[in-house]
This record gives sequence, structure tokens and C-alpha cells, in this order.
Amino acid sequence: MHLLDAQNITKTFGGLTAVNDVTLTIEKGRIVSVIGPNGAGKTTFFNILTGIYKPDKGTILFDGKPIAGLRSDVIAALGMRRTFQNIRLFNNMTVLENVLVGMHTHLHAPFWQILVRSPGVRREEAKARERARERLAYVGLDAKRDELAKNLPYGDQRRLEIARALAGEPKLILLDEPTAGMNPQETDAATELIRRLRDELGLTVVLIEHDMRLVMAISERISVLDYGTKIAEGDAATIRSNPRVIEAYLGKGAAGAAA
Amino acid sequence: MTTTASSVSAWERIKTALTSGPSGYGFMVLYAAVCSWLLLTNPRTNLNTDIVFVLFLLLVLLVYRSQLVLGFKLALVAVMLALVLPIFGTLNPFYIDVATQAGIFIALALGLNVVVGFAGLLDLGYVAFFAVGAYLWGILSTPQITLINPAWSPVPPIMFYPFILIGLAVGAFFGVLLGLPVLRLRGDYLAIVTLGLGEVIRVLANNLDRPINITNGSQGIRDIERPPLIFAGFVRDTLGWQLSDQQLYQQFFYFAILLIVLLVVVVVGRLKGSRIGRAWEAIREDETAAIAQGIPLVRMKLLAFAVGASFAGAMGVVFASKQLFINPPTFDLLRSINILSMVILGGMGSIPGVIFGAVLVTLLDLQILPRIANVLRDAQRAGLPIPAAFDPTQYQRLLFGLLLILMMIFRPQGIMPDERRKEELQEHDSIPDAIEHAKIPDTESEVGLK
Repeated sequence: MHLLDAQNITKTFGGLTAVNDVTLTIEKGRIVSVIGPNGAGKTTFFNILTGIYKPDKGTILFDGKPIAGLRSDVIAALGMRRTFQNIRLFNNMTVLENVLVGMHTHLHAPFWQILVRSPGVRREEAKARERARERLAYVGLDAKRDELAKNLPYGDQRRLEIARALAGEPKLILLDEPTAGMNPQETDAATELIRRLRDELGLTVVLIEHDMRLVMAISERISVLDYGTKIAEGDAATIRSNPRVIEAYLGKGAAGAAA
Repeated sequence: MTTTASSVSAWERIKTALTSGPSGYGFMVLYAAVCSWLLLTNPRTNLNTDIVFVLFLLLVLLVYRSQLVLGFKLALVAVMLALVLPIFGTLNPFYIDVATQAGIFIALALGLNVVVGFAGLLDLGYVAFFAVGAYLWGILSTPQITLINPAWSPVPPIMFYPFILIGLAVGAFFGVLLGLPVLRLRGDYLAIVTLGLGEVIRVLANNLDRPINITNGSQGIRDIERPPLIFAGFVRDTLGWQLSDQQLYQQFFYFAILLIVLLVVVVVGRLKGSRIGRAWEAIREDETAAIAQGIPLVRMKLLAFAVGASFAGAMGVVFASKQLFINPPTFDLLRSINILSMVILGGMGSIPGVIFGAVLVTLLDLQILPRIANVLRDAQRAGLPIPAAFDPTQYQRLLFGLLLILMMIFRPQGIMPDERRKEELQEHDSIPDAIEHAKIPDTESEVGLK
């Protein structure tokens, strides 16, 4: 069964067609990558999936429900979470609080009960904290839970973003360049973490990534975008030898030379 | 090097001795006793009493920041604020009025802090909600209502009590109403539009005397009803205190406002530590990331506007009743800015900070700056070489402005900025963590001394 089924998605900004008739289906429990040169429309595509932009054309089914045009927070509540290309943490909140915010859709304490701090509210809060710490421990950040997010080293910030997304108990997690700016060791650790998300937590993962070593190592399926259009799709070996992909990345002459 | 080090540690030792352990209790009680004795034996309004009064209020802060047992802190503050200060108020009406005003502004500043400090929505028209509450009671409790429709009659004064709650609801309603058009705006744009909406309310109050006289225009509303003194018999007969009605009203409003402030503090504290408070903070930090966590932006922003405005609405009812008279200039832009300066001076988002800011600005406005001006003027008359063209009483706001500028240069985060709540856990499972925890008292007392 397809967890995500995006059909014929098109989005234009003025005269620019950022995403052009892109179709992407993702099966449950897969690690899928979306790659392409800068400006190919990858992040725009993510923004459409998560409801930041409304598609001009196309339908999106998530877990069987149509979500195209729904508000971002509604889509997030349905179980699709993401990280951002340029890390977007809540900088002046602690690491633990960042994760607690990620759990927002799972906390239901009503306003009046919060005002009187009913036992139910206290229980829910205590449970949430415990759960948040588990999530932090999972990505290896529990010891830093009281630090402000902005004071974390870069690699930890990336991991915190993942922990925050995990806190929402998602079915699908979209990672927008999770290893951008990382050194090789950090990248290896991140690769390992992404693999564990799927193997241990049973998550479905969609990646946007430029690090081809990582993409080729963990993706079961790769979709290539160029100028907003999907130009290729398949497993790592297929993509590596696809002339259109090589052309998109290296230019026209290179494709001939490689072939 | 060694001298500075030892002098610092000596200072630290004194600080520790005065704020913790048996010496701490002794110091606080002695301090409270001396201040109380000075106030109660010498209640005239003059510079000395001013100083003692400020020191008296400063003790509340010191007790709050100290390392003493919570029960003791609460008991001492309760004795000071619910016993000494009211008794002092029967001897000198000026100071209890200052305290009452401070209370009103604490509630307002805490309300604005929900919007500006928690949710990060810069609102320059906040006083509008205060005006709505004040006019609500002003119009409905006086014959003004008969000018709207001769068939209607004023509500009886006893309705004051339920009207505090109605003011709360009406404030919240207006908060949502004025919040709706600004939902899509951020930062500067939001500030300008809220400023405009705030002015709209004031201008409406100023001009809604025609065609139907609803607000009595620039004349304002006079003789606003005060609630009946239902406890007068108890105080005069049972307690045997022969207080005039005037004094009883002062006591009544002081205690009513003290109670409301307590409730407001509890409410904002609980909201802050809840999923709602975290959602507000997340919106303040990064709207896009907040939505991506499933936080419904519109609902949460409107909730912030509603909660903030509701405190102002309720306080408006109490304020109108206390002042007996309201008119449009009471609710001008300067008032909004004044409340905002309390929030910023104290420390945005920090509940103790905002309380401190509200008290500080009220004291500066009503007491300290006028007193400094008086002292300067006396010095001028006594022959100090201050140019005659410089009239110190005209320059109070200048001093206030200077203070704001200095604050923003040297302590932009406010006097008592929000401290991140540390997870209160017994075990420290890593060394850096333990060090982090060990540092807390230091920074706390540093802040407390400022």
C-alpha cells in the first residue's frame, strides 16, 4: 500500500514552473531520496507535501486521505513531519522543550484544566516529559536536554530537529538535506540514524540530499528532479547510469563521455 | 588579582549569609520589621517615607530571590502586603494608592506579556482592551445608559462583582475581534496595525457622543459606581476600626486588585508551563517551524490575544470603579507604550520580571521621578546653579526616557530576564550537566542584585 501518493503535482510562481507534473509514490517502510541540482524544485515539492504551498494541479493522498490544500498543521497532525534545509529550531527554548513542542498534537489538556492544573494535566505533562527524554536519548541528546537549542553544535542541532519530528509520532518523515554542512564523521552518524529510523521505528523516510555517497548507500529508490520535472526514478544503480541524470548534474558533454 | 578575588568572595559570602540559612531569616525579618516600624510610626508623605516605601517593596523582591523556605517567603510577603501595607494605607492614603496603581499595571503588563512576551506578537494598542472594560462598567453603572435608551436603567452597584468576569469575557471577545485582522501580519506591520486599532477604540470613545450619546465623548463619564461596602460593618464593629468610607474603599480596591493580581500570576504561570505556553513560544521563535509541529497558528494567536485582553478588560472594570471618572485621554497610545515599557524593562516573557517592571515604572511615574524633580527644584530655589529656564518638574519624562535608553544599551534583555526552566531532576547523569546545574545559584543572585 502506498503511504504517500502524489500525482501530477504542478506549482508555478509567476512565470516560473517550480514543480512540473511530478508524480511520486512511496511505499510504507521505505527510504526514498529526491535528488537534483540546486533549484530543481526539491524543497518546493516538500513544501507542497507539507502544506506550506498549495499545488496548482495534482492530488496528494497521504495514508489514503487527500491532503492537497490542507493547512500545514493539519497535515503535521495526520502524521507527516519534516526537518528543514536551513535548521529551524526554537532557538531560545531548551532542547527538551523543542521536543515537547513537537508533541503538541498529542497533548490534549483542555484550557480550563491547565488553569486549575488538574491531576490529568499533571499526568499528561509528566508523561510527555518522559517520552520527550526517550526521544532525546534515541538521538543521543538526553544529556543536553536543558541547553538552549541555539547553543548546540551544528550536528546536534540537526539531530534535535529529527528528535522533534519524531516526537510527533509520524508515519512519514521528510528530511530536507539532513547532512548539509556536516563533516564525514557527522554524515556517517546521520546516515546510521536515518537507517535506524526505518529499521527500528518502522518509519517511512523521504530525503532530499546532495551527498551522493549517503543517497546511494541508503536509498531504496531515488527520484531525480531537474527544472521542476521528474527526469528519472529507480534504484541507485539505475540512477547512476542514467544519461539524463548525468547530464543534469554534469552537463551535456559529460553524459556522452560517461556512456 | 588576589585582592579582587577575595573582595568578590567576601561580597559573595555576605550575599549568601543574607539570603540563606538562619542569618537569612533573621535579616529578612529584621529588614521587614524596621521598614514596617518606620512606615507606621512616620506616615507623612516626604522623601524619607518615599525611600522607606521603596525599600519596603524591594524586600518583596529580595525575599523572592532568596534561598529561604517557600512557606517562610510566602508568610513574610503576605504579612507585608496584606497587613503592614494596608495599615500604613489607613495612615497615609498616598502610598496605598501607589501600590494599588502598581497592582493594576502588574495585571495589565502580565496580560500584554502573554501577547508580546510569550507569543511574540508586538501589540501597541493593548490599552484598548483596558478602555473597553472601563467603559463597559462606566456606561452600564451610570445614568449614561439612559442616554442610549431611556428605557434602560443602570445596573445596581452590587453587579460590580459579576461585571469583573463580564469584563474578562468582553476583553477576550475584543481581543479576538482585534486579533482577527492582524493574524497574517508579523513584526513591524503588526505593531503599526495594532497601534491603529488601539487608536480607533480611543477615537470611538471620544466621538461616540453623537448621534446617540454612548460614551459621552471627550467629557468622559463621571460618578461611576463603586460596589457597596458589604464588609463595612465587619471592619467597624467586629474589628473595631473606625475607618471612613473613603479609607474603606481604598482598602477594598487594594485588596481586590491584590487578589486579581494573584490570580493573574497563577494563570499566566500555568499557561506558560503548559502545551499552550510552549506553542506560543514556538510561534514567537519560528512560525513556520511551529506550524510544521502541528500547532494551529490562528487558534493559538487568537488565544494569546484573548487571554491578554481579558485581563485588561477585567482590570478596566475595576479601574473605572476605583477612579470614579474615565475619559478618552486615559487610554491613549502613551498608556500602551508605558505598559509595553514595563514588559521590556522587566524582561519580556519573564513573569517576575514583568511584575518588577510594572512596579518599577509605576513607582518612577508616581513617586520617584516627581520626587527627584521636587528635590531639584528645591535645590534650584536654594541657589544651585541650574538655569531658571530649566524647570525640573517639566523634565520627568526626559529622565524616564534616559533610563529606558540606558537600559536598552546595557541590559537589553530586561532587569529579570526569563530563565529557562531547568528540569528538576535529582540525578546528574553527565559531568557537564552537573556543572550546568551547579552554576544556577550564581547567575540567579547576580540577576537579583541588579
